Amino acid sequence: MADIRNNFVGIKSPNPFWLASAPPTDKAYNVERAFKAGWGGVVWKTLGEEGPPVVNVNGPRYGAIWGADRRLLGLNNIELITDRPLQVNLQEMKQVKMNWPDRALIASIMVPCTEDAWKAILPLVEETGADGIELNFGCPHGMSERGMGAAVGQVPEYIEMVVRWCKQYSRMPVITKLTPNIADIRKPARAAKAGGTDAVSLINTINSIVSVDLDNFAPNPTVGGKGTHGGYCGPAVKPIALNMVAEIARDPETYGLPISGIGGITTWRDAAEFMVLGSGNVQVCTAAMTYGFKIVEEMITGLSDWMDEKGHATLDDICGRAVPNVTDWQYLNLNYIAKAQIDQDLCIKCGRCHIACEDTSHQAITKSVNGIRHFEVMEDECVGCNLCVNVCPVENCITLIGLAPGQIDERTHKVVEPNYANWTTHPNNPMAAQAAE
Amino acid sequence: MRQLEPGLVAGRLDPAEYTKNFSDLHPRLGDHEALVAADRCYFCHDAPCMTACPTAIDIPLFIRQISTGNPVGSAKTIFDQNIMGGMCARVCPTETLCEEACVRNTAEERPVEIGRLQRYATDLAIDEGRQFYAPAASLGTNIAVVGAGPAGLACAHRLALHGHNITIYEAREKAGGLNEYGIAAYKTTGDFAQREVDYILSIGGIDVLDGQMLGRDFTLADLQAKHDAVFLGMGLGGVNMLGTQGDAVNGVIDAVEFISNLREADSKADVPVGRRVVVIGGGMTAIDAAVQAKLLGAEEVTLCYRRGQEHMNASQYEQDLATSKGVVIRHWLQPKGVASHNGQVTAITLEYTLVEDGVMKGSGQLVDIKADHVLVAIGQKLDGFGIETVKLDGRKIAVDAEGRTSVPGIWAGGDCAAGGDDLTVSGVAMGRDAAESINRALAAKAAISSAVA
Repeated sequence: MADIRNNFVGIKSPNPFWLASAPPTDKAYNVERAFKAGWGGVVWKTLGEEGPPVVNVNGPRYGAIWGADRRLLGLNNIELITDRPLQVNLQEMKQVKMNWPDRALIASIMVPCTEDAWKAILPLVEETGADGIELNFGCPHGMSERGMGAAVGQVPEYIEMVVRWCKQYSRMPVITKLTPNIADIRKPARAAKAGGTDAVSLINTINSIVSVDLDNFAPNPTVGGKGTHGGYCGPAVKPIALNMVAEIARDPETYGLPISGIGGITTWRDAAEFMVLGSGNVQVCTAAMTYGFKIVEEMITGLSDWMDEKGHATLDDICGRAVPNVTDWQYLNLNYIAKAQIDQDLCIKCGRCHIACEDTSHQAITKSVNGIRHFEVMEDECVGCNLCVNVCPVENCITLIGLAPGQIDERTHKVVEPNYANWTTHPNNPMAAQAAE
Repeated sequence: MRQLEPGLVAGRLDPAEYTKNFSDLHPRLGDHEALVAADRCYFCHDAPCMTACPTAIDIPLFIRQISTGNPVGSAKTIFDQNIMGGMCARVCPTETLCEEACVRNTAEERPVEIGRLQRYATDLAIDEGRQFYAPAASLGTNIAVVGAGPAGLACAHRLALHGHNITIYEAREKAGGLNEYGIAAYKTTGDFAQREVDYILSIGGIDVLDGQMLGRDFTLADLQAKHDAVFLGMGLGGVNMLGTQGDAVNGVIDAVEFISNLREADSKADVPVGRRVVVIGGGMTAIDAAVQAKLLGAEEVTLCYRRGQEHMNASQYEQDLATSKGVVIRHWLQPKGVASHNGQVTAITLEYTLVEDGVMKGSGQLVDIKADHVLVAIGQKLDGFGIETVKLDGRKIAVDAEGRTSVPGIWAGGDCAAGGDDLTVSGVAMGRDAAESINRALAAKAAISSAVA
């Protein structure tokens, strides 16, 4: 059995699946249920400073987009940080941590960008026995209008400053949660590292209008006739999150900085992808909000079974394994040539590969052969773009097969070269490095 | 109890049972069901379902319109190709047409529910009275359509769209043809056939004259004299009977008449049915008759077909439906004669058949099945009244690909014309295509006469 126990910046949990700071972790009742269900840790819903708590809207807080069969693909929310009194949250956190000493309990914090505010809350949190803190520099809605959340996360200098305060006034490990609503995710990550953060977590939600009510001409969720931008999450944001995680993981300036991966993780496979791209563990929210806490069972068994099957003994054996294979476009091997191949036994003859290729790509798939409906790749036209693979409704029906060196590419009539050659040395590149004469 | 009374008896069941038995076989999908079903469509390119549809409805498009919340637009997509999309959604053997071609069969052996989705959209449009079409400016032409069945109505509707005036001559009291008189009640509940006729006629420009039968009330020559063109869509008025002495015996009746009586009855409890019913035949009519005999309370219903299961015209789905209702289907049996007592049928004698050198023949071995009601469904035929001047192709009116008969100015389509497959949907296709042909012919004629003038 693979060992999936997790040690993230010294915070131990029986598995790498944490619930992200969000509605599912707003109070003891939910967190107790989550731990019973098997979650390795939770990041408690973001605490604000002492005093009257924030208020939420009393209308809809969420909007969504769906795929076929109304599968939820993306969720957007305009909920703020916890709207319960700070003391209530702190008491509950303390009790829950006592009840579940083997689970990770992290406090998410968002207070105004002043040293006093952070100095005031940190000891209160530390007193609960929480394993660490996560700085919420991410929420793009509501709190950002008040100079918090993403408003901080978009200014690397502020990030560095606040992280420094937290390291100064607390012994707890500090995880800095980053907003994706920024042009280059490496900048805030570098700032957090400069401030001394123990880790970063990402991504927080993406600024979004999830849909528009066409009867009332207002964004969804519509509150009393108007809507506002909210934070987008769920399966739809995973690709954006993966890239941002990878960017930080392979940035020489932040290389080795622990990352807690977040963004649309729904299955063990999603989690594994985040981990091999450099995440030390993962945080989940939308999947739990869609299906309930039980989904962690699938994640635990799926990850463990996959590791067993592949011979990976511990999480250290998989974390970051894909990072060296993330590169810049200019370093991709232009001598690698692949062609699509359709498995005729699996083909159901829907014709989508043909029309996608015919209308929008390279006219490389037949529609009929000898008058019979038949879809086959014409190798002399196929550029190996992979579009047909992606639009085919049947798994593994169309695959991309790499040509071996020495084979002829029917499209160019050229022999496939065995050597690696990229754009930096390509003759068409005006910036190409001059070959030695 | 009445259920076990021998002979032709009405009211074998409690009133509630009739209601239950003759309720909608496949009720319209709910909104959620429709969305789930629509989501399964792959939006295939040059979709096989569309190719398999005799009217070539753009199925991927209409399903996509349902899934994007535009069921009314979906209905128009259907009606553009098939103005009887509503009835076809109910009676088409989709399992041998669009749904058989669905690529989901290859993937999962379960097609997209095309028929039920079609009904979802078309019912909605008809219930809301959405009229998508208006006749073009009147051309001053008048075209005769013989028969207000699927072919005639489809032809008339398309001609009206082009600006022609239409007179439909219908032999019976109601329009609809077999949709009204020849289909099992549970397939078209709520008087749908008439509602659909009303919907089709609501385009305007179409007069329907009821009780007007070709060869009895008027001649083809009359029509040729009075109208700019004639479309024959009177279906198959005649039925094949056993051809044995049994035809005269009380209790031996044509299955089409049985079905028609059932459809037209004010109450199903008024329709008599035997305790032991034997249905002869292997097509849809045989199944519709057998199932409904069972639903009327017959104790035993046996359907006898002279060839094997694989030869039956009724689809597998229809056969399964029949057996699920308790009908016993027996193969390789052909009728030889009936036994009667006091003029009332008591049993039917059948001969086992076999195939030798590719030819089916009687084996000489006989079997008697007790029966107080024999329903004969061994095919309908052209009655031939009034069409002596028109050439036949076998037993039907010869037509070319556009529906033109051997006589200039006369077109034909539907069951009476050769080349279709005796389905509502093929009747609609033939009627529609003949209308386009008539329109082209009259336009060409008009162009010539205006050039001459």
